[in-house]
Amino acid sequence: MTPRAAFLRGYLDCAPFILIVVPYSLLFGVVARDAGLDLIQTMSMTVLVIAGASQFTAIALLQDQAPVFVALLAALVVNLRMAMYSAALVPHLGHARLSLRALMAYLMVDQAYGVAVRTYEDRPDMTGAEKVSYYFGAMMFICPFWYGFAFVGALVGQAIPASYQLDFAVPVCFLAMTAPLLRSRAHVVAALVSGVVVLAFAWVPWSLGLIIAALSGLIAGGQAELFVKRRAA
Amino acid sequence: MIADSDFWIVTIALGIGTFLIRFSFLGILGGRSLPGWLTLHLKYVGVAVFPALVMPQLVWPAATGGVTDPTRLIAAAATILVGLRFGVIWSIVAGMAALYSLQYIL
Repeated sequence: MTPRAAFLRGYLDCAPFILIVVPYSLLFGVVARDAGLDLIQTMSMTVLVIAGASQFTAIALLQDQAPVFVALLAALVVNLRMAMYSAALVPHLGHARLSLRALMAYLMVDQAYGVAVRTYEDRPDMTGAEKVSYYFGAMMFICPFWYGFAFVGALVGQAIPASYQLDFAVPVCFLAMTAPLLRSRAHVVAALVSGVVVLAFAWVPWSLGLIIAALSGLIAGGQAELFVKRRAA
Repeated sequence: MIADSDFWIVTIALGIGTFLIRFSFLGILGGRSLPGWLTLHLKYVGVAVFPALVMPQLVWPAATGGVTDPTRLIAAAATILVGLRFGVIWSIVAGMAALYSLQYIL
């Protein structure tokens, strides 16, 4: 495979994600404008962060008048999963030069990461250069759509009347992201603990109940997994 | 309303922080692996953070002045049930469709 062919292959392998990226980025544009951000702010966040879940998190919390450090901390916690991606990509892409690795890091998004790692594992004969080309092909498919449709969403968002209750789109979006993650009992335990703890600690100032709930959920999930493993052993 | 200064602080710091998370192993730490206890818990980031964000908005929505609204709770249940089986996009469609149809009926 030439690097060019590998790039194209990555690009095409990510094509089905257009069905997810387009509505999701549109929704971000709409929600951001609904929260009172202007076009420049909406697009700055989209381009600087390119991580949808954390962008929704930050905006939802800022809109709820949470303090800046809580909004920031919660959004960063959402993105911590990408440290795992970063580690998983080292054996495949760690050979590239530093500037390329920096660009790869900037472009690292969930769906394209998943596709790339699966391909690398399925095709151990790929060379390092092919893997790099494939990675950029995959990301180049996702990112322009992410920017473009966030822009469209931000433009049309204001035309949507309040009777459509778009405020509800934010919790719906988070629930929709949570449901497919409930893959094991440990995941369900983590979600339930987090949901109950956040309500029980709603009185804690500065929205810190959110952080307490998220940490409780993380620990509950990890411990539930260990418990299941011990029982099975 | 979100204050401009708050917005820019969060956006810029989040942009830098997110880049550093993505760059961590690929750029700086190389082949070193994450400690086991951390990977164990990182798997649960999504399911631990998202419900915490959603629950207060569901139970005490700002749009109704903090009064619990059964139509929103039912629509939320529909979102989860569809999401378990059909993935993110249909889940969002189902949630909003459930909200609109319930409000139309009730």
